[in-house]
Amino acid sequence: MDVLQKSSERIPLSQRPEYADVKPVPQNDGPNSIVPISYTDEFRETMDYFRAIYVADERSLRALQLTTEAIKLNPGNYTVWQFRRLVLEALNADMNKELDFVDGIVEGNSKNYQIWHHRRWVAENLGTDASTRELEFTKKILSKDAKHYHAWSHRQWVLQALGGWKDELTYCELLLKDDIFNNSAWNQRYFVVTRSPLLGGLGAMRGSEVTCTVNAIMEHPENESPWRYLRGLYRNDTHALVKDPQVASVCLKILTAKNNYVHALSMLLDLLCHGFQPSLEIRNAVYGLSDSGAQGSDLVKVVCSILELVDPMRANYWKWRRNIVPAQAAQCLKDDGLTGLSL
Amino acid sequence: MGELAVEKHVKFILTIEKEKDSFESVVMEHIRLNGAYWALTTLDILGKLNTVDQDEVVSWMMQCQHESGGFGGNIGHDPHLLYTLSAIQVLALFDKIDALDIDKVSNYIAGLQNNDGSFSGDMWGEIDTRFSCVAILSLALLKRLDKINVEKAVNYIVSCKNLDGGFGCTPGAESHAGQIFCCVAALAVTGSLHHVDKDLLGWWLCERQVKSGGLNGRPEKLPDVCYSWWVLSSLIMIDRVHWIDKEKLIKFILDCQDKENGGISDQPEDAVDVFHTYFGVAGLSLLEYPGLKAIDPAYALPVDVVNRIFFGR
Repeated sequence: MDVLQKSSERIPLSQRPEYADVKPVPQNDGPNSIVPISYTDEFRETMDYFRAIYVADERSLRALQLTTEAIKLNPGNYTVWQFRRLVLEALNADMNKELDFVDGIVEGNSKNYQIWHHRRWVAENLGTDASTRELEFTKKILSKDAKHYHAWSHRQWVLQALGGWKDELTYCELLLKDDIFNNSAWNQRYFVVTRSPLLGGLGAMRGSEVTCTVNAIMEHPENESPWRYLRGLYRNDTHALVKDPQVASVCLKILTAKNNYVHALSMLLDLLCHGFQPSLEIRNAVYGLSDSGAQGSDLVKVVCSILELVDPMRANYWKWRRNIVPAQAAQCLKDDGLTGLSL
Repeated sequence: MGELAVEKHVKFILTIEKEKDSFESVVMEHIRLNGAYWALTTLDILGKLNTVDQDEVVSWMMQCQHESGGFGGNIGHDPHLLYTLSAIQVLALFDKIDALDIDKVSNYIAGLQNNDGSFSGDMWGEIDTRFSCVAILSLALLKRLDKINVEKAVNYIVSCKNLDGGFGCTPGAESHAGQIFCCVAALAVTGSLHHVDKDLLGWWLCERQVKSGGLNGRPEKLPDVCYSWWVLSSLIMIDRVHWIDKEKLIKFILDCQDKENGGISDQPEDAVDVFHTYFGVAGLSLLEYPGLKAIDPAYALPVDVVNRIFFGR
């Protein structure tokens, strides 16, 4: 029975025989006042009855029903959720039905920490059997908001605690096909590549991942995420990043096209700071972006000057990069392969 | 550029705190302790903390304390780390931390540390780097950091560091400005900032600034005034705040004001709330907007309050 189908159809708790012996406990935080909105009446009554049951620590079916109504009226109330868990445990309730309940609540409330925590608790109780359902659940949320932080957090927990890695990389690829700018999907991609027990780990995956990433960059050179992903693929191995011809090549293509080249210049800057020897074409591409006829000058300084101009919001950052370069270059010559500036 | 409508914002805050029957007030009743912290800290930054009845607030707040030592979001609510920190912060504002049984509260907090160094928000076990931050800030303010295993706590936070230099809620989770603030503040307070790659993180943080001058919380997301706090305080803690355009950010925050009715919203023209009012004002304080009290970027309390705790009067 859903007593909250419509506000007008709701039977006040004071009129329900099953709660006849309950004495409602009002909220104790201020003087009594006239309540202007009828919805607030309903809310107050529900919470007053909940408080009575909570104080009495009654863990019964009618207590469960009360938490259902209180949660539907205000899903943020963590005390109600916690009490609900105690009641569910006491009743040895069907956890699959509880997942159904959360399914019903989550629409319109999906940014609520309590709901996600409760979901995790229920899923934990169900164990690995819940894996498929939980992956579907988060997929549904992500289909409406592909960057939903709670959904991603839950999904990562499910994979690690309950399994289900098989199709995760494919799922990331699908999401990126939908929106190549989705930073959460890029993050998840890294998560899968580095943690999935079914893939070979970063070392085995790097080659193919670099190719995919470079393609994504070519599609939208202004997209911050794949550039960061690329650096992540070469974490702790800057030497290999500098030596990878695909990386230099994608920078060259973008600089030559003279469009959306800020991130490409930034990557080139990082490469140069780690001993990259630029080809004549790359040099010319950079000079082609500079107004000031900077040929022959220190390429790093030219790159930084361009960045200060085209990304003025971060002018101080680029100035700082320009100033630390001499020290960095010396450091890189000294310790080949060690990162003076982490990527 | 507009100006900060100080009087309007003070009026806005005092009005909503009194209006216990508005719908918003009723549905937020379980987090009233957080609301008190946002409202009171804003008033203090604006130099108007004395407009509030201190005794009334403290007396209500102490009733939110559970027998375990932790605080709930309001009277009759279960204890949780989040509200425990807010309680300590509010008492700090009023110089009334000694109203607490400090050992009791700190034992409650310390009891929520897990074997891997992480912290649960409460007895139900939700783990998140937000809770590491809240636990560490709380214990630092109470001068009881020795009750937890600080090394393990730091190691857990470091395990949440990502390839972009940022931090997520758990290991592997996407870097998010709010989580970054939590991790950086916790590391700052425990003297562990050397674990942060300041140049790499500083760059990620300064890339949060978008054309309008506002800050977002992750790549390709919309700007929001609350990130004026999370991103900005993080940048300050790692000495990289000069990497953003401060003037443009100030303008963005001021554009988010409701200059008629007071209050600040997440973006220009949106509805205001006390949460964003606090973050907007706190952000402006960090940006050294004239006439505002300085705020500590880690403890999120006015600097004079923090000094009073750590250096005496």
